[in-house]
Amino acid sequence: MTHNLILRVISKFLIPLIILFALYVQFHGDFGPGGGFQAGVIFSSSIILYALVFGLDAAEKIIPTAILRILASLGALIYASVGIASIFSGGNYLNYSVLADTPVAGQHLGILLVELGVGITVSAVMLIIFFSFVGRSRP
Amino acid sequence: MQEHISLLLVVIPLITALIVAVLPRGILPWASTLVATFICVVLASMQLWEVINGGVISYELGGWKPPWGIEYRIDTLNAFVALIVSGIAAITLPYALLSAEKEIPPHQIPLFYSAFLLCFTGLLGITQTGDIFNVFVFLEISSLSSYVLISLGSKRQALTSSYQYLIMGTLGATFFLIGVGFIYSQTGTLNMADLARILPEVTELKTIHTGFAFILIGLALKLALFPLHLWLPNAYTYAPSVITVFLSATATKVAVYVVIRILFYVMPSGFMATIPIGDFFVLLGIAGIIIMSVYAIYQSNVKRLLAYSSVAQIGYMVLGIGLASTAGVTATIIHLFNHALMKGALFMAVGAIIYRIGSCRMDNIHGLGRQMPWTFGAIVIGGLSLIGVPGTAGFISKWYLVLAAIEQSAWISVAAILTGSLLAVIYVGRLIEALYFKPATESQQNLKEAPILLLAPTWVLVFANIYFGLDTELTVGVSEQAAQALKAIVK
Repeated sequence: MTHNLILRVISKFLIPLIILFALYVQFHGDFGPGGGFQAGVIFSSSIILYALVFGLDAAEKIIPTAILRILASLGALIYASVGIASIFSGGNYLNYSVLADTPVAGQHLGILLVELGVGITVSAVMLIIFFSFVGRSRP
Repeated sequence: MQEHISLLLVVIPLITALIVAVLPRGILPWASTLVATFICVVLASMQLWEVINGGVISYELGGWKPPWGIEYRIDTLNAFVALIVSGIAAITLPYALLSAEKEIPPHQIPLFYSAFLLCFTGLLGITQTGDIFNVFVFLEISSLSSYVLISLGSKRQALTSSYQYLIMGTLGATFFLIGVGFIYSQTGTLNMADLARILPEVTELKTIHTGFAFILIGLALKLALFPLHLWLPNAYTYAPSVITVFLSATATKVAVYVVIRILFYVMPSGFMATIPIGDFFVLLGIAGIIIMSVYAIYQSNVKRLLAYSSVAQIGYMVLGIGLASTAGVTATIIHLFNHALMKGALFMAVGAIIYRIGSCRMDNIHGLGRQMPWTFGAIVIGGLSLIGVPGTAGFISKWYLVLAAIEQSAWISVAAILTGSLLAVIYVGRLIEALYFKPATESQQNLKEAPILLLAPTWVLVFANIYFGLDTELTVGVSEQAAQALKAIVK
């Protein structure tokens, strides 16, 4: 592994930055370009980079596949429950306006939660796909 | 909660699918799926009741006004189709417990039920939505999950047949989407009610014609219209028994519903008179009925025999659409319901045979009718319904279809329908001959009847076949009301 020194140093430096950028794209999505889907892909690419440089076993230690499956469902569940929450607040399904005191704050909260759900699901599913393809060569 | 019914029908199975995916293996995934499907049947019946008595339901998702927002728009037609889909799902589920246990590896059971619920979500979504792009999205949800479900079959051929369906299904969905794009480029709207309002002004445009051509060919692939049916026999043969029951009774039916919706609701009235699309459907319907019934006679695998018969039955539905009259469309809608009953019962009975002997080749089922009398009885009555013997549901749909054809003096269609029934006598006869009149092999002499959990749902459908053959108030009444509400039917 020693001859991969440059790769390892550079990726250790890059991975936190990639995660930070993913979070920026995630939570700044309502003001600038971005959103849950893009953020999810960027986030999963940081883990994929880690797996490429440090090996599959090390990457699966960070996020085991069992947890990924739960996360994949959880994200979509967050999305769907925002819709249910707006029904219970007296609006139609996914009508964010009723979620907070003013419609503007409600829309803001709603889209943030929904995009968070999208982000979680997309990053989890990307990683599940990656792990299941690279894991096929293992006994 | 009353006003949210149309939405809950889609959201309840969706949320349950997400939860089921992470449940531990055991009885829990099945039980949650069962509860979700039963809730959906209750909701679908309430919705149909409400639509029959109170008129069209409109639900605005996210509170955005149509045509800008997505609208769920329920009239008698889609409420009826939604009831068919959820009813079949609820009857299939008790059957699924033992059958899936036998055919699917235990660690895949939670994901199996999750995919089943996603497919169910997609099919219900197609019926509920009033937005043509939303139809595409739900079409993809149901198709993608059905590729997964088919590939879970226990034989290796399940993978290739699922792949075959994936290619054909994706082609169909892409064609549909291209068509929607063409129409959107000329009208600027995706809401079907709004499209129906705007389209008469732009019917002359070649773009609209091309768009509809793409949409109809895409749907023809999805509903396995002869000669675009090639994916269907393999998919039905190698899928797990439960999935064959569910898909054969619902998936193609929903695609037929979309065709009716596009032709007689979205398309402006009079549009069908300017292009020979009705004759085209009649021609393919007749060809499908005759050729596919002949194919069915020569099959050596029972599931494949029934699959070819399904393509022939789709021919009847398309023939009704092609007649383009209120009577014809009524007959199609009746047959949607009745065919779900008969094919559901038949595939369930075949699934019970597979549960016992692990195969459904004609050579292996000799004499089984004597050991499994209840399963055999279900196949006989289901078969009689498929032929269209008076007193069964199949008779009702054929009767109305023949009446619709006579009304237009379409004698060739009448002859085709009757020939189709005669051919059905031959292939059902072959099945009964193998099951009852041929001697059983030594090793199969002491075979036991299928377990009650498999027989009970089968016989619910068998009794439904007889009941709806005698009491036609629900089927014919609702279908007539649904057909009359489609304003673009000219004849």
